[in-house]
Amino acid sequence: MFLSMNWIGDFVDFSGLDKKSLIKNFTLSTAEVEDIIVKGEDTYGVIVARIESIENHPNSKKLHLLKVNTGKDVIDVVCGAPNVREGMKVALATVGGSVCGHPISEATIAGYPSFGMCCSEAELGISDDNSGIWDITDDIALGTDIKSVYPIDDIIFEVDNKSLTNRPDLWSHYGMAREFATLTGRELKAPAMQCVKEYESLPPVDVKVKDGELCLRYTAIKVENVQRKVSPVDMRIRLYYCGSRAINFLADLTNYVMLELGQPMHAFDCAKVNKIEVQTFADPFVFRTLDGTDRNMDDKMLMITSGDEPVAVAGIMGGDASKIEDDTSSLLLESATFDGVSIRKTSTRLGLRTDASMRYEKMLDPELCPVATKRLLALLLSLDEGARVISSFTDCYMKHYPEITLSFDKKYVDRYTGIDISVAEIKKTLTALGFGLTEKDGNFTVTVPSWRATKDVTLKADIIEEITRIYGYDNFEVKPSVSPLAPKLPEKAKAEENRIKDLLVKGYRMHEVHSYIWSDLAKNKALGIETPENVRVINAQTPDHQYLRVSMIPTLLSFAKENRSYGDAFSIFEIGHTVEGLREDGKCNEQKKLGAILFSRKESEEAVFLRARDAIVELCEDILHKSPVFLPAEPVFGFEHPRNCYTITVADTVIGYLSVPYPTVKEAIDKKAAIAFFEINTNTFSAVSAGIVKYEEPSRFPAIEMDMTFVCKIGEVNFDALKAAAKAATDAPLTSVSVQDIYEGDGEKSATLTLRFAFSASDRTLTKQELSPAMDAIAEAYAAFGLAAQA
Amino acid sequence: MPKMKDRIEQLKKEFSESLAAVAGEEALEALRVAYLGKKGRIADLMKDLRDVEDKKSAGQWINEFKTLAESEIARVSAEQKDAAIKAQIRGAKKLNPTLIAERELGSYHPITLCTKDLEEIFMGMGFTIEDYSEIVGDYECFEALNIPKHHPARDMQDTYYLDNGQLLKTHTSAAQNAIMKKYGAPLRAIFPGRCFRNESTDACHENTFFQMEGMMIDENISISNLIYFMKTMLSQVFKRDIKVRLRPGFFPFVEPGFELDINCLICGGEGCPSCKNSGWLELCPCGMIHPNVLRDGGIDTEKYTGFAFGLGLTRLAMMRYGVKDIRDFNSGSLKALSQFKSL
Repeated sequence: MFLSMNWIGDFVDFSGLDKKSLIKNFTLSTAEVEDIIVKGEDTYGVIVARIESIENHPNSKKLHLLKVNTGKDVIDVVCGAPNVREGMKVALATVGGSVCGHPISEATIAGYPSFGMCCSEAELGISDDNSGIWDITDDIALGTDIKSVYPIDDIIFEVDNKSLTNRPDLWSHYGMAREFATLTGRELKAPAMQCVKEYESLPPVDVKVKDGELCLRYTAIKVENVQRKVSPVDMRIRLYYCGSRAINFLADLTNYVMLELGQPMHAFDCAKVNKIEVQTFADPFVFRTLDGTDRNMDDKMLMITSGDEPVAVAGIMGGDASKIEDDTSSLLLESATFDGVSIRKTSTRLGLRTDASMRYEKMLDPELCPVATKRLLALLLSLDEGARVISSFTDCYMKHYPEITLSFDKKYVDRYTGIDISVAEIKKTLTALGFGLTEKDGNFTVTVPSWRATKDVTLKADIIEEITRIYGYDNFEVKPSVSPLAPKLPEKAKAEENRIKDLLVKGYRMHEVHSYIWSDLAKNKALGIETPENVRVINAQTPDHQYLRVSMIPTLLSFAKENRSYGDAFSIFEIGHTVEGLREDGKCNEQKKLGAILFSRKESEEAVFLRARDAIVELCEDILHKSPVFLPAEPVFGFEHPRNCYTITVADTVIGYLSVPYPTVKEAIDKKAAIAFFEINTNTFSAVSAGIVKYEEPSRFPAIEMDMTFVCKIGEVNFDALKAAAKAATDAPLTSVSVQDIYEGDGEKSATLTLRFAFSASDRTLTKQELSPAMDAIAEAYAAFGLAAQA
Repeated sequence: MPKMKDRIEQLKKEFSESLAAVAGEEALEALRVAYLGKKGRIADLMKDLRDVEDKKSAGQWINEFKTLAESEIARVSAEQKDAAIKAQIRGAKKLNPTLIAERELGSYHPITLCTKDLEEIFMGMGFTIEDYSEIVGDYECFEALNIPKHHPARDMQDTYYLDNGQLLKTHTSAAQNAIMKKYGAPLRAIFPGRCFRNESTDACHENTFFQMEGMMIDENISISNLIYFMKTMLSQVFKRDIKVRLRPGFFPFVEPGFELDINCLICGGEGCPSCKNSGWLELCPCGMIHPNVLRDGGIDTEKYTGFAFGLGLTRLAMMRYGVKDIRDFNSGSLKALSQFKSL
């Protein structure tokens, strides 16, 4: 929204104040100013002059040679405008002057000298009309500096509409003026208004509000014999500077009042709309708005009708059929308040946001309706002497907002602010902002002004904002809170998550990545991965992103493919959220998971797989002090390898799985690479209680190591089970079982496996001889696993 | 008895000549055996001593010779060893620390780095760190934050809605209600998290990004405390003295609500292109927690007040590392992400 300091200056005396610094203060106290634009600064040396004679330019069809009277003398000007006319008063930019930054100098145009330039309104920056030069119709002496009669000099500032969503009163120059008056401590002057009492005896306008919920107030008045067609220049300049465009006198007037007071108004041509009903229609229909667009209306959209003929979409836009034409001389003037939510919904459904609908959405003050009418009449009657009011001011006030009264004391203000803002200061601020106020011994009772009472100010805390923003946050003394500080330890799950990251990054040189909570169908498809149906995002930007992810792995596999050029070997991981369908209560079964993938073109699949295994073991042993168990399992997802998929179990809880990719998936990623991946549910992981680290006195006696060799299929041996079986088989002090050698001479079908068993007693040195029965017992136990001990 | 003396002198001379000519450890050992061995020449002299009249003098001469021989052999032996080590050093393989390394370090996601940094600062100030789900209900994301249905504030956020009626949280504030209910007052908590907004992505916009929300609730928490806290906290975050400025800002869940600006980190407040010549950078929204929000969180609004703030973690990480394109964060590209080595 653009605001004119000249316009605001109608209501607040800025004399002796620096307007730019006032605007900066406005940012700190009310809302952020996005931009300050100084108008007219680079336009000077432009005077009112008169065309005395016109000759066609001998060398050009378009150009004319003008004799222009500057009030002092008559000069030659070459001009290309099509609308030149003898006796026409023009804005002449004289030599040495400047028009919007373009310097004016003597020039020779197509062989003829020119000592100035006749300007169009667009050239002067006061409208977008560039069809011809400005035809000045006001009675002004020749030679007068144009800037002394027209408000070309102005300071315009822009405020982002979003920062005013809570302040319907600030969608107007008058509302802004109230802020400036409060900030400067100066008086707020009321605009001139026409008294409507004198029309009481005239017949009322026929107005019926059928929906009193959606239309809070509807006021109307009729005026006839409006002769003026074009708005005065100063009004047009203000409208243009504020981003509006002059249309015709009546349309300009309604826009002007809206920008000045914030109340949208609509003028119907009385010849077409003679009475008003406000209603919704049960059946859908098509309605052409005044922008010439046919729109589909439904049963929720509030309409203004004349009889049963729709003439406007309430609060959004008038109809094409009843719009004001250039020959309109009598009008029915609407000033109404509609329900903000309804306007917003209709506006959204129609895809039509207008200056009016934007204001209504913010919940306008119904008290503003008559004010706007009175203001418009004052302007109209002063600018068009023939205009006549022909009805009484008709007012259907359907629904009042309750008056809001708030009580609080000085202590409340002190507690909230933490500083001491004086009673006098509080009173001064609230009064200037229009609050009714009584105070006794630091106890305040305030009445919220109607323009703030539609939703904005409802609580004591809202009053605090009013007091403090005007006091100025820069003026606050800042103090620490007095509550004691008690350093906190991070939560277990949070701390463990950090440790998981540290371990993978430092210990396994993995790279942490982030991705999205949804599956990417296109990327999955490229890898031949089927995307399971899952909870769906209704309004995903692309259908490819509609399903939430069930697993972390598919994205990581895509990332592996995309990073092939990064290096021959890398590992990546992500900790993120997945959704495994819905829980019983209908909410998403959201889980936090760690997904990791190891990629290498330099190692065997087995080596990469075992490195992944090592990482899992380390995570469990380092963080949980418990060892994981890997058990062969059926794959859950199609991207897992059916033969090489293992669940990870810690303390009887399955926390995740370890696998290598399905052959076709691996092919799609990289034919030459070895890939392994694992996924761990970190919620489940953290729920496992950490084991206690126990200390065992190391034996002072040397350990005895004894080897035993078996023939077996390595892939099918469960080493965890072998360890446990060895311990169970004997009472001898077995301290460890380790792999001494694996020889897969004839492929994996018949490998020889040499295991080393270490025994150590705490009180003496053991002998091989005494351990012989233990070894026999172990061999016997292993025979049950199909492992035949070799001699 | 000149004969013995002459023999010794002769042997001394021969010994010196042999020693000077000796090459290698073995030759030296042979020389040692030849003179000092059990059957060596000095032993021979000792044997012949019994035929000598002036045994005392002769014995002295022989012993002097023996001592001389021993020390000379030890000297040469040491010289030999020294020469051998020097030769070994000269012949050692030359090691090169500049050889291009294959070793590659792992890396943390920049958001992890920023989050950890902030968490440590906040833990030191007595804040609990809370985790929260990414999928929430309408109540948590809007209703409990004083954003009723049809409130224009919902227009500001394009929300991803799910087919089960839940939604992807649009801001970390969605955790406020649950955390107030979990801990009650007094309360000091931060909750970092992933947030989602349904908007098209470009270098400055992502539909998935991180925020960190903070709340402090206690008796007599004031605007003055809020300003002090934000200044102190941000000075820690940016590791230098930060100037802060509050402007009114409208957020339904705070009252009064503020936009907090810090003095521009690039120009220091003088005005430069990054701060649009204003000297200030808009950093984070904050404010006194709205009484309705406190009440819905089960907090006694007559007794307690509090403030809340939201830090754009993703934006902070961009500022900190000079990341120009926000999409790099979720790209999975190791060319970009592997640069963030350690804390």
